This record gives sequence, structure tokens and C-alpha cells, in this order.
Amino acid sequence: MRTINKLWLFIAVLIILTPIGLILPAHFKSGAAWGEWGLDELRKLIGYMPEGIEKFSRLWSAPIPNYGSSGISYIISAALGIFIVITSVFLIGKFLSRKE
Amino acid sequence: MHIPDGYLSPQTGGFFYLVMAPLWIAASKIVKRNLKARQVPYLAFGASFVFVVMMFNIPIPGGSTGHAVGGTLVAILLGPWAAMIMITVALVVQALLFGDGGITAIGANCFNMAFILPFAGYYIYKFISMNSAKDSFRRALAAGIGAYFGLNTAALSTGIQFGIQPLLHHTSDGKALYCPYGLNIALPAMLLEHMLLFGWLEAIITFLVIRYLQKDDPGLIL
Repeated sequence: MRTINKLWLFIAVLIILTPIGLILPAHFKSGAAWGEWGLDELRKLIGYMPEGIEKFSRLWSAPIPNYGSSGISYIISAALGIFIVITSVFLIGKFLSRKE
Repeated sequence: MHIPDGYLSPQTGGFFYLVMAPLWIAASKIVKRNLKARQVPYLAFGASFVFVVMMFNIPIPGGSTGHAVGGTLVAILLGPWAAMIMITVALVVQALLFGDGGITAIGANCFNMAFILPFAGYYIYKFISMNSAKDSFRRALAAGIGAYFGLNTAALSTGIQFGIQPLLHHTSDGKALYCPYGLNIALPAMLLEHMLLFGWLEAIITFLVIRYLQKDDPGLIL
């Protein structure tokens, strides 16, 4: 098999394994990443809500916040995200690469 | 390490967009000069790889979570300027579609993960590997060490961006407007977790993939 095809297979395996990134933190009762707390979590941490965070955190509503929250939605999000990433890179690559 | 909207002031967010703009232009020019059409699939692979690696949240029991990026690895395959483009694409999709990282913080997040990380990682890799053979153990080890320090340099930069917020912006009664934690908390928090856990993960992933490519297709490694 050509190396690039093996690398794509590797990506496919990683997509299927992504729910590990959801299950492990839940199992160990870990919170959000440092500095990425939700509003309630932050209020609990410091006892008030910084005005700027309150104002700007609502600026953008992502269509699929946090990649969905179940294992299966996590896999679908990974696959969808990678499809968009690949499409974007091939478009960019059309402009940035040269024929030999 | 994905700074959300609101944790950096609009001024800080805007500043890093301004810093990144010339870097993105330079990356496009440099990649355009060097990238061959047959390398585009590898560019797509690299962007996909960093996208999916960042979804593997690893817990610190009872504490926070974090993840590897894979940025040094993709820099070793196509160079740091191409890495900047690959990681930027992944970060923009993560921010717009999944709300992972704020849209006002795309400049800052790209500065940390798409600029600082691959450049630090790549040049440390180059410095340690010197002119060792493409398939040498030393080169794979250099990749792992570069990856470790690349991620930690990015964590340092992120910690500084968070930590200067209370210094720059607060209400008259001393309450924070944006990130409430100063450098004394943000720096050790970001650095310790990456030095103790996520940096090792980044190093091991990079080492193993490079070790595999050395056996399978050493021509891919810069």
C-alpha cells in the first residue's frame, strides 16, 4: 500500500477512536481545559462573572458546539470536520502548489 | 489551549490577528514556492491529523483536561511554513464549526499553535538531528524532543496571553473583565500540565510516527 493511503487509514482509525477523548475525562471526573471553562463553571471558580466574558462568549454560536456530547456525535463531528479540512486544504493547495 | 471568546480582550485578540496577517502571507508565498502538486495530499493529511489529534482530550484526574497537537510532526513532513497553514485550517474549522476556540481568538490561537509550536518544534528537531541519517534513531528522538518543547513553548505563550489580561483590563473596583487569572496562576497552570503530561503525549506520538515513517518511507522526512 502507498504511504499516503496508509496515512489515510491511520486518520480513519483515529476518527473511530475519538470518543476516547470524551470518555476518559468523564471517567476521571475532569473539568474543562484550563482557561476554557463554561460560564457556570467559571462563576463557581471565582464567584463572579467578568463582564467581557459574559459579553463576548455569546458572540458566535457554533453549529455543533463541543463536537456534540455523545460518543457517536463525536465520531460524526470528527469525520465531518476532517471532510471540511481536507476540502479546504485541496482548494488552498490548488493555488499554492506548482505542477512539475 | 484553545482560548475561547471573552477570555482575551478584543485589543489582545485584534493584536494577534495583526501579528498573524503577515505570517499567513509569508507562509502562502513560501509554500507556493516549494510545494509540489503531488505533496498536496500530504498537506491535507497533516491538517486532518492535527484536527483529530486535538479531539483526544486527556484528563488530569479531578483537574482539567488537555491534548496534544501534532504540530511538530507535520512540520517535519512539509516544513514549518506549511505546518502553519495546516494547523491554521484545523483551528479555523474547530472554531467556526465546533466552537472550540473563540473567533476573536483565532489570531492568538494560531499564533500559539500554528506559529510558535511548529517553528520551535521544527528548529529544535533540526538542531538536535544535525546531519544524522534519515532513518537514524537520533532523528526520531530529536523529533520527540522538538515536539515536547514545541508544545510547551505554545503553552507558555498561551499562559502569557491569559495572564496579562487582569493587568491590562479591570473594573475600577479591581474585578477582571476578561481572563481573571494573572501570570502568577496562568503561567504555572498552563506550563505544569503541558510539561508533566500533554508534552509527553506530543513527544511519544511524534516519535512513534517518525519511527514508522523512517522504516516505511524515509524520503517523507525533512
